[in-house]
Amino acid sequence: MSFQPYVPPEQLTKDRSEYARKGISRGRSVVAVEYQDGILFLAENPSATLHKISEIYDRIAFAGVGRYSEFEDLRIAGVRLADLRGYAYGREDVTAKTIANAYAQALSTIFTQQMKPYEVEILVGQVGDRPEENGLFHILFDGSVTDEQGCVAMGGQSEALSTRVREAYRDGLSQAEAVQIAVRGLSEVEERPVEAINVEAAVLDRTRGRRKFRRLTDQDIAGILPA
Amino acid sequence: MTDPTRGFPDRSSLPGFFGPAYPLGSNPSFADLLRAASSGPEPSPSSAGQKDPAVQPHQIAHGTTILALKFADGVVMAGDRRAVEGFTIADERIDKVFPADETSAVAIAGAAGQATEIVRLFQTELEHYEKVEGDRLSVEGKANRLAQMIRQNFPMALQGLVVVPLFAGFDERRGEGRLFRYDATGGRWEETDFHATGSGALSARSTLKKRFRTGMDRSGAVRTAVEALYDASQEDVATGGPNPLRGIFPTVKTITVDGVVAVPDEELRGAFESVLQETQEPPRPQGGSQPRGRPVKREDDKARG
Repeated sequence: MSFQPYVPPEQLTKDRSEYARKGISRGRSVVAVEYQDGILFLAENPSATLHKISEIYDRIAFAGVGRYSEFEDLRIAGVRLADLRGYAYGREDVTAKTIANAYAQALSTIFTQQMKPYEVEILVGQVGDRPEENGLFHILFDGSVTDEQGCVAMGGQSEALSTRVREAYRDGLSQAEAVQIAVRGLSEVEERPVEAINVEAAVLDRTRGRRKFRRLTDQDIAGILPA
Repeated sequence: MTDPTRGFPDRSSLPGFFGPAYPLGSNPSFADLLRAASSGPEPSPSSAGQKDPAVQPHQIAHGTTILALKFADGVVMAGDRRAVEGFTIADERIDKVFPADETSAVAIAGAAGQATEIVRLFQTELEHYEKVEGDRLSVEGKANRLAQMIRQNFPMALQGLVVVPLFAGFDERRGEGRLFRYDATGGRWEETDFHATGSGALSARSTLKKRFRTGMDRSGAVRTAVEALYDASQEDVATGGPNPLRGIFPTVKTITVDGVVAVPDEELRGAFESVLQETQEPPRPQGGSQPRGRPVKREDDKARG
């Protein structure tokens, strides 16, 4: 049996937070913007198949930044939770709040009990029938949750990006305007133009049928962005 | 936890989340997940119910005739609207044809309770796979998955709760509709033209056999489906016929590149009326036993009169 030296909890938390932050800041950012008909999620992602943004349930979407394998684990766990809940109860009983809480608990357990914290930040968004019924939850690597409104950025340069997007944001944006604001924010922070082909974007569109999630194709984005 | 027999650690379970064990990667099956999440094995019906069945199968609602046939753009799938409990009509407006996902549909004959549950599980299974993997299952994959689900129902089928589906999907890779039929053991066969199952299947199938033409157009296929169900309803008490007075028409859905689309009642009314017109016979003296539905010249009528 080996004895571990005593480490004060403050020190432990600080070390782990620093480790996680460093990991997250190396990655690219994701931004979410509420618009007239729903919520837009947008990221710069050169890969067309390794998604940062995905569908969880009828009205709920997921976005993750940081280490891909870790947020992919979280995403699949979220899909499982949502499908189990929806099957056992009813489809409308699955809410972003439930899923965000489950993520918060899982991440906080991992943060305190495992060797290494997850180097991820995630967003869980839910589109409601009216704009005020939207929900947007931002969950950090240590399991802390914040309920966001309007727009939110996370990942590498989240603070700078958040400020820029918030400056341009207003209520009742159209989808195209939301995409433009998000892409402009990303380009300014990265200090280089972000090309349409490298943009991964998806919307939760309340005008759609049962499944509100839709990925915007490269053509969609190229059509929106000024050439 | 690492299971030494697997070689790869099971990383599917996050604290607080359910996840079925899988050798490598994440298991995209919702049915497996549901089994792992439910505590303990499901109550097995074979242990208690076999000697002294508490529920007689004929007391349970059964859906009856369903059919599907291919046409130029895909598959037409149809079912009558009746459910029976023994000799009683349980429901006159039940639906037996369900969209499984955007491009495939499943129709079910047999014990209605089991059937709707299997359909719900199958729908969730397909959507779950699509979300976890990021791609849709192939039509072949969907058909196989449904076979496995029917096979799992086999203990119930032995007790009379038989569920027999038809499955049709639009195969985007091949650009054509495909049709599969099943039996109670989970046997799966692909059909090239048409098929019908359920209590009125025999007469529905003979109508389909007569009317089916390769590469029919949509309206011809819909009319054939309506005619086959009508003929089944004339021969089989458990199959409900169209009832224009109460606005009851069979469920008919088309599965094409545009997805699963329900054929509107107005079109079905038209198809039904054209079927009636064709088979209409002049009124004849009452009495005597005649085969139904076909005009028969009765030479002896005159002789007797």
